[in-house]
Amino acid sequence: MYIAVKGGEAAIAASRALVAAARRGDPALPPLEVAQVQAQMGLAVSRVMAEASLYDRELAALALVQAQGDTVEAAFLLRAYRTTLPRLAYSEPVDTDGMRAQRRVSAIFKDLPGGQLLGPSYDYTQRLLDFALLHGADAPATEAAPQSDPHAATAPDDIPNALATLAAQGLVERCAPSPGDPVPPDITRDPPKFPLPRAGRLQMLARADEGWVLGMGYSTQRGYAHSHPFVGDVRFGAVTVSLVPDELDFAIEIGEVELTECQMVNQFAGSDGAPPQFTLGYGLVLGHGERKAMAMSLVDRALRTDEFDELPEAPAQDQEFVLAQGDNVEASGFVQHLKLPHYVTFESELQLVRQLRAEREARDDGAAALQALPAQPGEHGEPHGAN
Amino acid sequence: MDLTRTTHTTPHADAPVEGYNYAYLDERTKRMLRRALLKAVAIPGHQVPFGSREMPLAYGWGTGGIQVTAAVIGRGDVLKVIDQGSDDTTNAVNIREFFARTTNVATTTRTPEATLIQTRHRIPETPLREGQIMVYQVPQPEPLYKLEPRRAETLALHAVEDYGLMNVKLYEDIAQWGHVETTSDYPVRVNGRYIASPSPIPAFDNPKMDHMPALQLFGAGREKRIYAIPPYTSVQSLDFEDHPFTVQTQGHACALCGCTTSYLDEIASDDGSTLWTCSDTDWCEQQQLTQGAAR
Repeated sequence: MYIAVKGGEAAIAASRALVAAARRGDPALPPLEVAQVQAQMGLAVSRVMAEASLYDRELAALALVQAQGDTVEAAFLLRAYRTTLPRLAYSEPVDTDGMRAQRRVSAIFKDLPGGQLLGPSYDYTQRLLDFALLHGADAPATEAAPQSDPHAATAPDDIPNALATLAAQGLVERCAPSPGDPVPPDITRDPPKFPLPRAGRLQMLARADEGWVLGMGYSTQRGYAHSHPFVGDVRFGAVTVSLVPDELDFAIEIGEVELTECQMVNQFAGSDGAPPQFTLGYGLVLGHGERKAMAMSLVDRALRTDEFDELPEAPAQDQEFVLAQGDNVEASGFVQHLKLPHYVTFESELQLVRQLRAEREARDDGAAALQALPAQPGEHGEPHGAN
Repeated sequence: MDLTRTTHTTPHADAPVEGYNYAYLDERTKRMLRRALLKAVAIPGHQVPFGSREMPLAYGWGTGGIQVTAAVIGRGDVLKVIDQGSDDTTNAVNIREFFARTTNVATTTRTPEATLIQTRHRIPETPLREGQIMVYQVPQPEPLYKLEPRRAETLALHAVEDYGLMNVKLYEDIAQWGHVETTSDYPVRVNGRYIASPSPIPAFDNPKMDHMPALQLFGAGREKRIYAIPPYTSVQSLDFEDHPFTVQTQGHACALCGCTTSYLDEIASDDGSTLWTCSDTDWCEQQQLTQGAAR
């Protein structure tokens, strides 16, 4: 019998108990606390928040613990929770120039207003396993770290966008609203209708799977879509969120979120409608996710083919391909649904294959009889021509 | 301010699970779904985009069907959930338990007693009647997607009723194989207008959809589309005059109830023999009971 999919209820209960035990692991070890994950696995927390598109460090950490560290499963848990939350209001646009940046780098200037701020980064760590951590020898980093308190203001004033000066000279495109400044679509409320405007594309990229966006961005560097990118400005830190309640006619600050933003500069030789200038790709993700923000900015630029009269020839330039396949909650669910029973469909396919084989044998037998020759053993094994 | 404030409810008749609304979704989301459903019923077979929500079950596991069911399920409903024709498959058990928890409605495995039937991959053998609602879980609502993957393009093809791609595909199947090489999710034309996916039911089940007295609703959560077939609507499986659509039975009788007209599962036994049994477990049980009573 097809036992594996029958007798549901008891099997489901047992499966839930088993996964709970697997998650807890060796009971001789102390259980992992959500607060520890939130504090010490911040980059995993960031990724879950970004792909779930919900900014809540504690719940992201909870999701990670519950999912045994599986970030895609954790993002799914957080999304399913997010869907039950009421939409109270839309915030004002955040001002990333006013970011309390812990890190800010521009690759196209040696020095610039606001300075180069290396901040916390793995970039210049030497990737050697620190075996001392195996023995629990994790010295408090306060002595070595100049600014261990992330809330200490590292730059009192705004850090102006690195590209502001060049934009003022027309050498880099200005960041301007779309003609008519339309209200952006909300991809979590309105199903995406392709072709999507850039505001919708950026929303989908911001919560798309990091691995997918990374691969897509990387492909533009390897010849699939023309690009010659430079990091104009990448920064990470906290920005203030404010909103204008219906009852008031001015904005009030309601809190802050940490964001990673990347503006990627690209060459552009000009077209009928636009003079030669540098163009931009934009990346913005919740939390600390530099790899994702940078890859997103590459993909954003590649997708702007309509604005620059570029022929969409590469996969990364095809928005239906890039965006509709990029959501890991959707992709993970659908790929894994193949585990569900499909035996009814399979049975109908099985019948067809049997029928096709019977018809073919009859045909082969008929042909053999016609030629009045003994059947050649090899003939039956021949492929059927095309397909 | 938005009115959909979450009230942290304690369990009672209106909201059996603490912290969640009746049938999980908030009322505004249900209203959005119902609007999409009304439009879908008004334009039979046309795919209506809707603001699909993340559900606590994974995409591909019935999120579209669950959202449709959540939007239409009322306190007086009696729910049946099947997967592969069986009430006992794990995913059907899970979904039935989900609604039992979040609505407290009665559930059943008996097709005639159900007012609402959510299904994956089958239509029950018992003929459905007026007043019943079938909810199909749909993985891929776009019947043209294998021929044209860009949805911006297929939208236009449906709009101008340009189904040449599909006709050529069917023709090529017949030219190459002698018959259409599609055995499940066999495309249908609804009300003489839209080509639609019947969901991955075996082609065996397609004729049951034609002029069905029950309302048929289709939900595709991941693809964010809803469509519908109102009661007593023409549903024709695509074919050609000289190659009409036909359904063949499998040529076996059910080993449990002896039925020769139902769709059968082929079950390999440990001893290498093959057992054929009704895929519709409720149908099979009822047949056995009837025979028991007759003896």
